[in-house]
Amino acid sequence: MADGDSSRLTNATALRNALVQAFAKLDLRHMARSPVMFVVEIGSAFTTALWVRALLAGVPEAGFTGAVALWLWFTVLFANFSEALAEGRGRARAEALRHTREQTRARKIAGAMPDPGACPDVRCEIVLSTQLRTGDLVLVLAEDVIPADGEVVIGVAMVDESAVTGESAPVVRESGGDRSAVTGGTRVLSDWLVVAISAEPGEGFLDRMIALVEGAARQKTPNEIALGILLAAFTLVFLAVCVTLVPFSQQAVRAAGSGEPVGVAVIVALLVCLIPTTIGGLLPAIGIAGMERLIGRNVIATSGRAVEAAGDVDVLMLDKTGTITLGNRQAVALLPVHGVEEIELARAAQLSSLADETPEGRSVIELVKREYGLRGRSVGRECALGEEGAGRGAMHFLPFSAQTRMSGVDFNGTRIRKGAPDAVFAYLNAARAEVSPELRQMTETIARSGGTPLVVAQDGRPLGVIHLKDVVKGGIRERFARLREMGIRTVMITGDNPLTAAAIAAEAGVDDFLAEATPEAKLTLIREHQDQGRLVAMTGDGTNDAPALAQADVAVAMNTGTQPAREAANMVDLDSNPTKLIEIVEIGKQLLMTRGALTTFSLANDVAKYFAIIPAAFAATYPQLQSLNFMHLATPASAVLSAVIFNALVIVALVPLALRGVPYRAVGAARLLRDNLLVYGLGGLVTPFMGIKLIDLTLVALGLA
Amino acid sequence: MMARDWLQIGVYVVAVIGLAWPLGRFMATVLGGQAPRGPIARVLRPLERSICALAGVDEHREMNWREYARAFVVFTFGGMLVVYTLQRLQGVMPPNPARLGPVDAYLALNTAASFATNTNWQSYAGEATLSYLVQSLGLVVQQFASAAAGLAVMAAVIRGLARRTTHDLGNFWVDVTRATVHVLVPLALVLAVALVSQGVVQTWGGPVVARTLEGTRQVIARGPVASMVAIKQLGTNGGGFFGANSAHPFENPTPLSNFLEGLAILLLPAACCFCFGEMVGDRRQGWTLLAAMLAIYLGALAVTTATEIGGNPVLARMGVDQARSPLAPGGNMEGKELRNGPVLSAVWATATTAASNGSVNAMHDSFMPLGSIPLLALMQLGEVVFGGVGSGLYGMIVFVIVAVFAAGLMVGRTPEYLGKKIGIYEMKMAVVVVLLPPLLVLAGTALAVVTPAARAAMHNAGPHGFTEVLYAFSSAGNNNGSAFAGLATDTPFYNLALAAAMVLARLWAGVAVLAVAGSLAGKRRAAESAGTLPTHTPLFVAWLVAVVLIVGALAFLPVLAIGPLAEHLTLWAP
Repeated sequence: MADGDSSRLTNATALRNALVQAFAKLDLRHMARSPVMFVVEIGSAFTTALWVRALLAGVPEAGFTGAVALWLWFTVLFANFSEALAEGRGRARAEALRHTREQTRARKIAGAMPDPGACPDVRCEIVLSTQLRTGDLVLVLAEDVIPADGEVVIGVAMVDESAVTGESAPVVRESGGDRSAVTGGTRVLSDWLVVAISAEPGEGFLDRMIALVEGAARQKTPNEIALGILLAAFTLVFLAVCVTLVPFSQQAVRAAGSGEPVGVAVIVALLVCLIPTTIGGLLPAIGIAGMERLIGRNVIATSGRAVEAAGDVDVLMLDKTGTITLGNRQAVALLPVHGVEEIELARAAQLSSLADETPEGRSVIELVKREYGLRGRSVGRECALGEEGAGRGAMHFLPFSAQTRMSGVDFNGTRIRKGAPDAVFAYLNAARAEVSPELRQMTETIARSGGTPLVVAQDGRPLGVIHLKDVVKGGIRERFARLREMGIRTVMITGDNPLTAAAIAAEAGVDDFLAEATPEAKLTLIREHQDQGRLVAMTGDGTNDAPALAQADVAVAMNTGTQPAREAANMVDLDSNPTKLIEIVEIGKQLLMTRGALTTFSLANDVAKYFAIIPAAFAATYPQLQSLNFMHLATPASAVLSAVIFNALVIVALVPLALRGVPYRAVGAARLLRDNLLVYGLGGLVTPFMGIKLIDLTLVALGLA
Repeated sequence: MMARDWLQIGVYVVAVIGLAWPLGRFMATVLGGQAPRGPIARVLRPLERSICALAGVDEHREMNWREYARAFVVFTFGGMLVVYTLQRLQGVMPPNPARLGPVDAYLALNTAASFATNTNWQSYAGEATLSYLVQSLGLVVQQFASAAAGLAVMAAVIRGLARRTTHDLGNFWVDVTRATVHVLVPLALVLAVALVSQGVVQTWGGPVVARTLEGTRQVIARGPVASMVAIKQLGTNGGGFFGANSAHPFENPTPLSNFLEGLAILLLPAACCFCFGEMVGDRRQGWTLLAAMLAIYLGALAVTTATEIGGNPVLARMGVDQARSPLAPGGNMEGKELRNGPVLSAVWATATTAASNGSVNAMHDSFMPLGSIPLLALMQLGEVVFGGVGSGLYGMIVFVIVAVFAAGLMVGRTPEYLGKKIGIYEMKMAVVVVLLPPLLVLAGTALAVVTPAARAAMHNAGPHGFTEVLYAFSSAGNNNGSAFAGLATDTPFYNLALAAAMVLARLWAGVAVLAVAGSLAGKRRAAESAGTLPTHTPLFVAWLVAVVLIVGALAFLPVLAIGPLAEHLTLWAP
């Protein structure tokens, strides 16, 4: 899903829907979820009642009370609107994923597991996808949509997963191995599959994700709850402050013998201005928007908690293959022994690799073509096809075998062999050829550098060495550097020997590595880090990753991974991009930062509101307090009203920030705090002074003050 | 201000920090968990062990937070019961040379609550109300015991932060005994002797009757004063032997005694910061808390000193000379001792309200209205700027939790302090502690203002009368004990209301903070990384100061505006 969609997500329809929802959310049962906004709504209703009573009594202050009531209602509505807008955007994202999952028909296989040989001709009944239960077997033929998340038990097929991943190239899904998981809503293009359903309808990853953005089922995360407690506490303090102002002002009037007690409408206005409505109103929107950003990156989380935990990650464990390196060893250099021309070695290497369809073999051909301009001989290829009839001039290819650990080619009496050094050395010894110390030296140098040497020999004479190495993905080093700046250590996990692993680790710039990794070793490493008080994130795809994924605090499974891996993880990356974790971490951090920044802003705002309202409230009793009114607000009524209006409008003004999130930069916690304190703390102190004054000037200009 | 004033303030602050540093490190060895070691401990350890053995306390048996809190509550109520009983029975128990009768039930309850909670609010004048027995065995014992209890709870809270994955917070009884035997008694002994050398009275003899020059008969109260004054100052108690407290020449006769007593006000609370840094294994953390406290204290001191030197405009209009001269210290001298003058009075007044001491060497009621705002504020901030012995530090830790929470969110991590993640439970308990002072103070003041009987006790009308009521509840609701006067508080309403505020403030906060400690102790310690919020930087000090001030300001700005601020503006109105 491209970023351009976000504009579509805030179009006129979305705004209209959010507006309607804002009113629907006035329901007290909904408001009770947020104590802060609940108090505002009660205050609004109360002030409205005061206004009605004042109207009926024909009191001159009715207009003022009515204006305060109106803006208090706006405060509630603006907050509801922000939540509805975020929900709408989240829902739109989720719908885009979901519409692929609308009810489909499924061929449910009657009875027990069919005989693989009999498939696909088995007896099926047609059922709706919603009727499927965990463990049911379904047959999916070409052009069928896979009805639910599951695991391939029989068959192999090409599957179009573009509906969930956006990736247009079809992928292979087959039983057994690491490519057996299928996602509901994807389409089989060729062949057929028997799928064991692994998720109840409504429990699939997408359904869980949709629940995370929709109001009713949305679970609050621990940080959100803790913040809610702090906000509720402040609300309680301000309630005490405002309620006690009534007897205090009565006492002041009694003592002064003049003036009048502070009006109830002013008290309610003060209360609403003081309680942290800005953050209280925007809190739901911030959380929902965070989830929405996650879906936007094609990551599906099973809980909001996991996303926040991602912000706390200290250690990131990554599989080497396919994540840090391109996945296969590549030939990078040809090193001839003394007395052999490079071109001679190149030709021999090329010939020996012609029939080698492994990625390593192909990379030799490519290297030779690129560096030495030698093209594969067509004659060789033709011979290769008819290798059985190896006659004069024909090439006889020897495929790689576990016994010889060599491959090669025989033609015109020439015998070329290519293989692991010890295997080729043994072959040379058998041919009574000499293995020079120089050659041994060369192979050892390559091995020590983390590469793999392949020795090439022709007719019992060693020609030189092919240097194969793992190629580190471009740009990966920079990403790890960025993680380090965030305070996250990266650990590479690989099955390679320690020597190779160390070389690649150094090249990729990871902080640490685990070589010759077994599932147990991975698990132990995660536990060790956790015991030292670190939060561990891990990405994985294989079934043997599942225990480690389950142990990790944040576990991201690749969508291409096996079902056990996906079950053990708390997030699934539909793009199967292992470095996606960096973005997930950023989203987690953004979520927390936005909450913290708006809380600070909200509370810092109160200082200015005090300076606006306190002199106004006590204007009659203690006129000398007017010297606190250094904003020179026109009248007590306009001062109170300006503060209330500012309080309501600032919610609207901050909706974009709440939806977008405070940007995270990897600059270290100390600098981040300083910058955010400057912007949201100091900004929060200063902004309302200007805002309230501006509103007051406007009210005066409009003749409303 | 003159150079001499700056010098006095400078010497005072340097002396406090200079003495608190070694004391704090020593306290860490006493409260650190292992048996106290060192030359002093070697002498006192047998005494400590025999006390524990006599009380049947096994010093190796640790308590979880619930047991610890229960012991703290039982200890406090036990102390109250003893003081109450002694007061009611003082008429029949020696020594009582002045032959004072039993104390009124309401007053006795108030006094018992006051001394057991380390508040030392006094609705009575000691020399005219209490026998030597009550003063020594009742009040002085509580002045040691309540301070020791504060140190014990602090030690438990620090252990909660320093330890990991455990339920054990230490043993309350052992901690109280160690704090008393190794820290409070030796310090008080040294100070008492020093004060006696300056002329502070220490006698079991009764009042002296003198014939004045005019020939009238004057009864001069005496008693075991020095022993009480020493712990009154050191233990952030503040309850003096005489009603006039340290403005009385028998309690505070010389400049040196004034300096020593002033030093003793802040010494232990400041030392607690160093003790904290030592016990959590990161001295910078202790310096951070001290820096935050010192910053707020010096700010308050600056305002109050300036207003007191500035003098009173009403007197100026009457032509009164308020200028400094060789014969007069100048400034606002109403309610001040000539020998102290405005600067030393301001230093003491801010120190005694910053630390929850409450002793006075000048009349706070007579401070300029603007100068009294810092005094009120220092109490209303929750007694965390130095605060009570032990309680100031654990109160400040609660504010640190709130500060770390907001700041932690702002750097994009689940907030943590010293490696302990701040979760829902910690937040709940922290807000309970932060909420308490505003609720107690505002509700108490409101109740006093709407109750006719309480209104009758107000001697002054207008903003000043309101400030007096506000001051009383600010003091009791934060366990300070400082009095503004101008209010007849020895009435059933005030005795009951203030006693309730004192008990609630002490126990509510103590238990809640122990709950936080219990929860934190059970957690693992998260490893530090570049993404961890550092809590020892100048920026964090500034943030902590801002959080303390903003929380206080948000709760108390309106009442300060209609109290002292309104009075100030009236006073200076042209």
